[in-house]
Amino acid sequence: MNKVQVYLYATLRQFHAGAGSVNGTEIEVPDGTAISDLYRLLGIPEDQVKQAFVNGRHKDPDYLLRDGDRVGVFPPIAGG
Amino acid sequence: MRFLRVKMDELKVVTEEVPEQYRKLAGRGLTSRLILDEVPPTAHPLGPKAKLFIAPGALAGTSAPSSGRVSVGGKSPLTWGIKEANAGTPVAQSLGRLGIKALIVEGEPKDGKYYILKVTKDGTEFLPAGDLVGKGLYEAYGELKKSFPTAGFIACGPSAERKLATAGVCFNDTEGRPSRYAGRGGLGAVMAAKGLKFIVVDGTGTQPVAPANAELFHKGTEKLREAILTHGVTKPGGTLNSYGTAALINALNEAGGLPTRNFSSGRFEGAAKVSGEHLADVIHQRGGEGMTGHGCHPGCLIKCSNIYSKPDGKEHVSCVEYESDWALGPNCGIDDLDAIAEMIWQCNDLGIDTIELGVTIGVAMEAGLLKFGDAKGAVALFDEIRMGTALGHILGQGAAFTGRAFGVVRVPTVKGQGMPAYEPRAVKGIGMTYITSPMGADHTAGYSVAVEILSVGGKADPLAVEGKGALSKAFQETTAYIDTSGYCLFIAFPILDIASGFEGMIESVNAVLGTEFTGADVTKFGAEVLSWEREFNRLAGMTSAHNRPPEFMRYEKLPPHNNVYDVPDEELDKIAGA
Ligand code: SF4
Repeated sequence: MNKVQVYLYATLRQFHAGAGSVNGTEIEVPDGTAISDLYRLLGIPEDQVKQAFVNGRHKDPDYLLRDGDRVGVFPPIAGG
Repeated sequence: MRFLRVKMDELKVVTEEVPEQYRKLAGRGLTSRLILDEVPPTAHPLGPKAKLFIAPGALAGTSAPSSGRVSVGGKSPLTWGIKEANAGTPVAQSLGRLGIKALIVEGEPKDGKYYILKVTKDGTEFLPAGDLVGKGLYEAYGELKKSFPTAGFIACGPSAERKLATAGVCFNDTEGRPSRYAGRGGLGAVMAAKGLKFIVVDGTGTQPVAPANAELFHKGTEKLREAILTHGVTKPGGTLNSYGTAALINALNEAGGLPTRNFSSGRFEGAAKVSGEHLADVIHQRGGEGMTGHGCHPGCLIKCSNIYSKPDGKEHVSCVEYESDWALGPNCGIDDLDAIAEMIWQCNDLGIDTIELGVTIGVAMEAGLLKFGDAKGAVALFDEIRMGTALGHILGQGAAFTGRAFGVVRVPTVKGQGMPAYEPRAVKGIGMTYITSPMGADHTAGYSVAVEILSVGGKADPLAVEGKGALSKAFQETTAYIDTSGYCLFIAFPILDIASGFEGMIESVNAVLGTEFTGADVTKFGAEVLSWEREFNRLAGMTSAHNRPPEFMRYEKLPPHNNVYDVPDEELDKIAGA
């Protein structure tokens, strides 16, 4: 099992109270869990996800989560 | 369309037909060309030979969506190079409807006094600024509103009267607040040096600008409208509309590129508390006069602005946007939105650029003047500026000046201008824009962050160097065109992803200016504007040594990615065409 810290941002916050909160949430996932599996686990519609950062780097949905990862998930966002 | 040449030494306005070579220019393209043609590059920015140019974008005053932008140009007292800063405001639309291609302000009043210039469809008039001089802009705008209820206002604040290089040029928003700034580069001080305190612009009795080719205009604006209304970030209820630009706080924090405590870390432990998400929650919880989804001018479809309220629901300030939030927040180690809102209010009232002052306070904290995170101490610094103390004058001259005054080495500036809210060591492409832009460190000059962080218009690893030179260059060129068009730069997000939106933008501009641009001409035009700007800087004495990062970024590793700024000098020279 791997412990990961998950943060949901902007419009994705509504899908999971814990991960959508300021402190995010710690989730335990089995080995071989991909980011896209995490979306299913948390009930986030994948078509609303634009991208995820893992430990500050862009990662694709098929990235396999590792123990201690920090995952930030975003819908399309912009600013300036 | 005509030029109004405002001769402050004679208190006279001369109406000029627009010479042929300027007819197809507007906004930034026009101000930059006029600066190169009319301002001696070695002139003192606050001296008698300096000039101030105010030019609405090509589409300002038409019915095109999100097109109420106006450019202000001159020689910058902050960078001592060329400067264009722009704002979204109903005043831009009024200037367009009045048929004014540019206001050219020159000379200085012989009596050393401040004046108001009134511009209506019937002509122009000078009035003494009287006791509006020295007043904060909220009070001054209130009084102007009483005297000119149907007008909009261009102003410089008390900071500009003190000739501070952080002073911006202020415009009103939809409801008349002094809150929309052509903020960067100290152009407010240039306006004050001309003895011009306010320009009252009244578009009453004018009609929307009729495009030369109405059919093409309609076709183009419809395509663009469609793109804006469907793209995830600009559509109603999209992130810009729901959270404002401050939605970027969490994104940059996740990416490790949120400059924290004067550019000493890329992550801020208090980020969530100043994020766009939290900001929207606070506004909605407090109810009352606060709102998200506010438009800076009528006709904006995106509406990224907001009104932040006090705990009792009364209005505090508009608007808390990403750059201001970051500059006065994470950059100073401050995680208190109410304190940040108060500092933005102070900046608006004094007529100060929030980015430059936030970066300056960060440097002052580095110098030990106060501690990082000391929100109360930071708010108190505004009294120094307001009272015009010696310390207030030092801070008011910006980050580079303050750094020198206190012997600070970690000073995040390029060409003397403070860096905005993206860490170059964590987002390499935007660093190239900061470093090579003729404007000094300016994120809007070539927003490669779209690709590097937001994955809009493509996707790239923010830490990678390869390919970023071309990316920054293309963004800088396209931006010079958009800044000329009068469209808000935020239309770039939908048009980067939706090809028909990009076409629509070009068609609508062609329809108004009578140009026949294709997609390829956009970057060509932008490159030409940049070449004028670089030429002015060269003649003003800038060399390739000015296209370099602050030295500390070359050797200090930035957590969490522990990168230095490793873009080679040769690459920077290539982008700058040196
Ligand atoms: S998107 Fe924001 S900054 Fe741009 S015009 Fe609209 S409200 Fe103003």
